[in-house]
Amino acid sequence: MALLLLLAVLDGLAYAAQVFMVAVGLTLIFGVLRVLNVAHGSFFAIGGYVAASLGAAIAAAGFSSALALPALLLASAIVGALLGPLIERLILARIYDKEQVLQLLVTFALFMILEDVQKLIWGVQPIFQDAPVRSLGQVAVGDIVYTVYQLYLLPGVALAVLVGLMWFLRRTLTGRVIVAVTEDREAATALGIDADRVYLFTFTFGVALAALGGALASPTTSLVPGIGVNMIVLSFAVVATAGLGQIEGAALTALLIGLGRSVAVYFAPEFEVVIPYLIMVAVLLVRPHGLFGRPQLRRV
Amino acid sequence: MMPRATIVALLGTVGILAAAALAPWLKFVLTVALAKGLAVMGILLLLRAGQVSFGHALYLSIGAYTVAFLRPAVPDLLVLLPLAAAVALGVGLVIGLFVARYRDIFFGMLNLAFSMVFHSLLEKLYAITKGTDGIRVFRPTVAGFALERLPYEWAVLGLALLLALGLGWLAARFLVSPLGQALVAIKTRETRLEFAGVSARRVLLVAYAASAALGGLAGALLACTTLHVTPHLAYWTQSGELVFIAILGGGGSILGPYLGSVVYELVRVYAAAALPDAWQMVLGAVLLGIILFASRGLWGLYEDLVMRGWRRA
Repeated sequence: MALLLLLAVLDGLAYAAQVFMVAVGLTLIFGVLRVLNVAHGSFFAIGGYVAASLGAAIAAAGFSSALALPALLLASAIVGALLGPLIERLILARIYDKEQVLQLLVTFALFMILEDVQKLIWGVQPIFQDAPVRSLGQVAVGDIVYTVYQLYLLPGVALAVLVGLMWFLRRTLTGRVIVAVTEDREAATALGIDADRVYLFTFTFGVALAALGGALASPTTSLVPGIGVNMIVLSFAVVATAGLGQIEGAALTALLIGLGRSVAVYFAPEFEVVIPYLIMVAVLLVRPHGLFGRPQLRRV
Repeated sequence: MMPRATIVALLGTVGILAAAALAPWLKFVLTVALAKGLAVMGILLLLRAGQVSFGHALYLSIGAYTVAFLRPAVPDLLVLLPLAAAVALGVGLVIGLFVARYRDIFFGMLNLAFSMVFHSLLEKLYAITKGTDGIRVFRPTVAGFALERLPYEWAVLGLALLLALGLGWLAARFLVSPLGQALVAIKTRETRLEFAGVSARRVLLVAYAASAALGGLAGALLACTTLHVTPHLAYWTQSGELVFIAILGGGGSILGPYLGSVVYELVRVYAAAALPDAWQMVLGAVLLGIILFASRGLWGLYEDLVMRGWRRA
């Protein structure tokens, strides 16, 4: 019993780390662009696939498996740099002034397209790589033998992303410009800030974060069609529970939902998928704008 | 507007019956198209309020599974269909109480979340739902008669046509009623609606419950046509399909959903077989194209053509 609980907590931490990386990109993009990117889950999936392909290429070329870890980072950078500017400039830039329902439909259409792009490139058979996990070995926690990758690396990277992001947004000029556009786009533009560049940068950065989440997840789970949609729904649950646009809130909520889910995996496996949404619905019933969200003024 | 739409609806009815008589394999396709048209009409009601649901496959699957579960106890089609609609209506009211508090992003995504939860429950509770194997539905009786395959198929098609015509007329009446006008006002200026003393939440709840019942009815018809239900009916691709057809058909008329779904199903018969792994991609690309370049859909194109014809005459 205690053993199972400890296992659930360890799994939950590792899982929360992945979810956080996707959710924080989603909430950051929403904060700046005011567009909820339904295609965000696809970037998670594509990041995972690219990482697996890179890993396979490294193994085939006979390089040391120590390269498997930097390859994960490289994969997310590739996905961000390729897809981010392409999608933001070509498609999203056309819809910023449209109704919200149309913005949702456009990102949903993107999602439909990207889901099949994955199938066309990587097929529908499960893909799995575990070189990054093996390269780090295992460690004993009490009576449990756990992988170093999941125990230290995943939560470590997530924590680094959180701290780095907070530092970036509060202490650097680019970060402060982003915050300014988030708070009041018109006033920021009037002060001479190039909002278009901020949009492009934020979106690309968000895509790279989602892809990093996917790349880091790729050694711990099989890549199959459908992981993108599961991830967008789950990370939306995290973002909505935290309050749209809240970054620290997203970290706490990801932890809450990650732990809730992994406890369910061990004690009531049929309801694994239901738990995150139960948490979300319970929170939203009491606080309709999320745990940390602020109500918005209504226009007359 | 109204009389012209009636004429088009009647011409469409004749066309569908003629096509089904001339090419028997079209009967199945057209029945499925009409059933989906009903569900799409529900999406259209919500679109009128400026809201989009990415989870209405939930109600399709609730309707279909209601038929699958009740078929052994209730053998008749004419009882099963209203029962399925009633169950979907009930679930829609409960979920609607929650989601009608939200707009736009939250409305769309909360619906998606509910449908994904239901999809995973359908897959995982194997003892009850038989998981991805699905449940076979034995052909129900129609008004007490156990029909052979051919007359049964005609009966279901006829029923689907009657339901499409009747409910389409009702929905058109609803949209011009004060309640329907209040629904449109949610899209334009919700706060002013509330200043006028109308509860936007209650108006949206009525539309949501109606769309859930329509979805349930559509799912029940699908179950009675394909005679097999699987969790795939609750998957997000099905919800996406409904939204796609609504945009393809166009929101300008209650005939849009049916025009859209007949065109969609006819194209799908060929295209989905030719490109099984790229079908969603084609849909997504067309959806993007319509939203960016022809936002009034097929019905809008048709109206443009007819108007131009009239002006020339």
